[in-house]
Amino acid sequence: MRFARTSKALGMVAIAALALSACGAGGGTSNGSGSAAGDPNKVITAYSNEPQNALLPANTNEVYGGRVVELLYEGLRAYDANGKPVNALAESIESPDGQNYTIKVKTGTKFTNGEEVTAKSFVDAWNFAALSTNLQNNGTFFESIEGYDDVSAVKTEKGADGEEKDVPAPTAKTMSGLVLRDDSTIQVKLSQPEADWPLRLGYSAFYPLPSEAMKDPKKFGEDPVGNGPYKLAKEGAWVHDQSISLVKNGDYSGPRAAKNGGVTFKFYTDPGPAYTDIQANNLDVTDVLPTNALRTYETDFPENHLNKAYAGNATLNIPVYNPNFQGEAGKLRRQALSMAINREEITKVIFNGTRIPAKDFTAPVIDGYNENVAGSEFLKFDAAKAKDLWAKAEAIKPYDASKPLQLAYNTDGGNKEWIDAVANNIKNTLGIQAEGQPFAKFAEILNLRKSKTLPGLTRAGWQADYPSLYNFLGPLLKTGSSSNYEGYSSPEFDKLLKEGLGAKSTDDANKKFAQAQEVLFKDLPNLPLWYQARQAVWSQNVTNVDSGWNGVLQYYNITAK
Amino acid sequence: MIQYVLRRLLQVIPVFVGTTLLVYYMVFALPGDPIAALFGDRQPNPAVIAALRQQYHLDEPFWVQYGLFLKNLFTFNLGNDFTGQPIAATLGRVFPVTAMLAIEALVIQGVFGVAAGLFAGLRKGKLFDSTVLIASLVVIAIPTFVLGFVLQLVVGVQLGWAKPTVGSDASWGTLLLPAFVLGLVSFAYVLRLTRASVIENMNADYVRTATAKGLSRPRVVLAHILRNSMIPVATYLGANLGALMGGAIVTEGIFNVPGVGQKLYQAILRSEGPTIVAIVSVFVLIFVVANLLVDLLYAWLDPRIRYDK
Repeated sequence: MRFARTSKALGMVAIAALALSACGAGGGTSNGSGSAAGDPNKVITAYSNEPQNALLPANTNEVYGGRVVELLYEGLRAYDANGKPVNALAESIESPDGQNYTIKVKTGTKFTNGEEVTAKSFVDAWNFAALSTNLQNNGTFFESIEGYDDVSAVKTEKGADGEEKDVPAPTAKTMSGLVLRDDSTIQVKLSQPEADWPLRLGYSAFYPLPSEAMKDPKKFGEDPVGNGPYKLAKEGAWVHDQSISLVKNGDYSGPRAAKNGGVTFKFYTDPGPAYTDIQANNLDVTDVLPTNALRTYETDFPENHLNKAYAGNATLNIPVYNPNFQGEAGKLRRQALSMAINREEITKVIFNGTRIPAKDFTAPVIDGYNENVAGSEFLKFDAAKAKDLWAKAEAIKPYDASKPLQLAYNTDGGNKEWIDAVANNIKNTLGIQAEGQPFAKFAEILNLRKSKTLPGLTRAGWQADYPSLYNFLGPLLKTGSSSNYEGYSSPEFDKLLKEGLGAKSTDDANKKFAQAQEVLFKDLPNLPLWYQARQAVWSQNVTNVDSGWNGVLQYYNITAK
Repeated sequence: MIQYVLRRLLQVIPVFVGTTLLVYYMVFALPGDPIAALFGDRQPNPAVIAALRQQYHLDEPFWVQYGLFLKNLFTFNLGNDFTGQPIAATLGRVFPVTAMLAIEALVIQGVFGVAAGLFAGLRKGKLFDSTVLIASLVVIAIPTFVLGFVLQLVVGVQLGWAKPTVGSDASWGTLLLPAFVLGLVSFAYVLRLTRASVIENMNADYVRTATAKGLSRPRVVLAHILRNSMIPVATYLGANLGALMGGAIVTEGIFNVPGVGQKLYQAILRSEGPTIVAIVSVFVLIFVVANLLVDLLYAWLDPRIRYDK
């Protein structure tokens, strides 16, 4: 409790402090001509935090480890700033049917320890990641490959204490659908056609590994050896709780060539001091701003700031087990709720423009994104229509108003303000009782969602792992999907998803996914609220800062002035 | 004397068990599944979660977890935190940094506080005394974090005299600014304590005797007034060392000092029982040892105090 109070107080003072700085230090931005790129060998410093796992590509599932791994490795493909995949180490990826793929790997590239990167480096790394006994966090990324079920198998055992436990029980060591043809050819068979599968190949779980990685993964993860645009500055370059130093890999020749001499990630437990450091030119770039700076960063850094949408969204999820939202009346009520929320106003007033009102169930910066899917008008604020829909629902079945409608949120993520605003929207427009339901931690909400005992609305967020519409629709809303906690199930939607996955081309697939979204707009299993956007500010020592499709900064493009 | 020290050290045991048990239980009772929280919306293979839960003994009942913790502690194996890092190594990294910070703050408040307090006490009611009294009241009234933010902005950003944060290069030099912030409030207390104590002792019989004996003024002030005035100050400083070690969370946060406070804060956010309790255990030891040292210091400061009997 004590800490919560302290940090709140800190925040309030920080507002005052930053206001001071706005009139003081902020004024001195004399940007010069911003002429030719400065010293290409200068090391830049960037905000980060302690990675939560050993730095193995298939084990890193959070942003602070992810940004390091992305710079240390090069995969078959890479994504450009708009989320479009380009071939990196893949010479070609061919498939006659969307189910069987032949991947040709470029020859002659090396890991920084001198080992050659061959087709085997990929196959071994993927099999290592998928095998359940290796306990890799991102093993599920290989679920599409035939034979994944055998290597990932888990059985439930009674432990010594009588509690049931999941233990790895693979029936095979390698995936049968993943075949090493020769040094430069990988043959992949998926368990069903998936036209968007090659889109995933730029994701970090699919990076290759040198053979030493599999011998002692834990040790390797402390001092990883990769083939990407950067390498660790030296053995032990990861100083825990302090920093990770990367330097340019001179042998790298791919699409993401480093335009600086290296990147040193400095760890901050709180974004506030990092912001101050940027003002003092003591840190070059930060991509996480303290909450109170969201109102001032544009004036604090008139030239050196960024606010750009990326592939992440925020939703309010409605559980199917709440009787008020079942059947035809429930559908009308969901539509009414959605139209009662003034997304434009909330993003403008509360988020100061740092979120972008949602127009669909996915996110922009993805190939195939369409903001005019039929039914998307349900995401527009229209109080009269909302009242009308609610009245229609009342005519079918009266609303059980014995308990107020609760909006569950976690207070450790600073969600209270907008939750209260949404609750007020609902109250004022529909005339029902609505209130925020705070939980101290995200994990508490997750437990309740898993056990299906959270009858109110729940805030949720999703960030895409690879730039594909399916990555939003499938894992969250397909019947029985791993993250479909609210239990939505629509045979029509599932069918369209499957057809989309089986389509011959990405374009055809995207058409099917658009149709699938039309189904969602009729059902509104969750209420899309807004898209995430990346804010970043940088010091006067660097330039060329931009974020990629996933909101991660393109550190390799940053140049020193 | 030795007997006294031993007796005091034995008292550590119940204090230690009590605090760790309490803290461990509080962490245990925190709602939510810390392992599931490591993954957010994308859950891994269930075996991964089960294995982690087993690795950290989160599948065991409370008494087993606590028992294992004690057992590990006595075999000097603190285990790993949720990021897989050995906790012992983490403690070895963060405690020296915070110790540097605390010692620097202690020196600032001790040396300057006592000097200013002595000076003010000797000139009771004069201009210096009144100024210092008002100034110290102002310092006490300002919360640490206000002072921290303002100094960080003025000294670190606008004047550019020091780096606004510490980060990975923690040294006596870079820690000076945060140590100053951390020490300033206690500095005011030390000053006022010293001043009051000096004023009281100035009229004591032994001071009058010393002056009457014809001792030089410096000798009277330093050996007779100051030394005897130090008992309450020493008590305060001793208790304060523990507070400085443990209570630097706010200051460490503002200046991004990679010390104990930051680690503890993170561990609490992640419900990392073993890390929290390990840190608290060290706090307990520091408090106990600091208080013991203060008590022993009494005997040196005031020869009338004896511990043997």
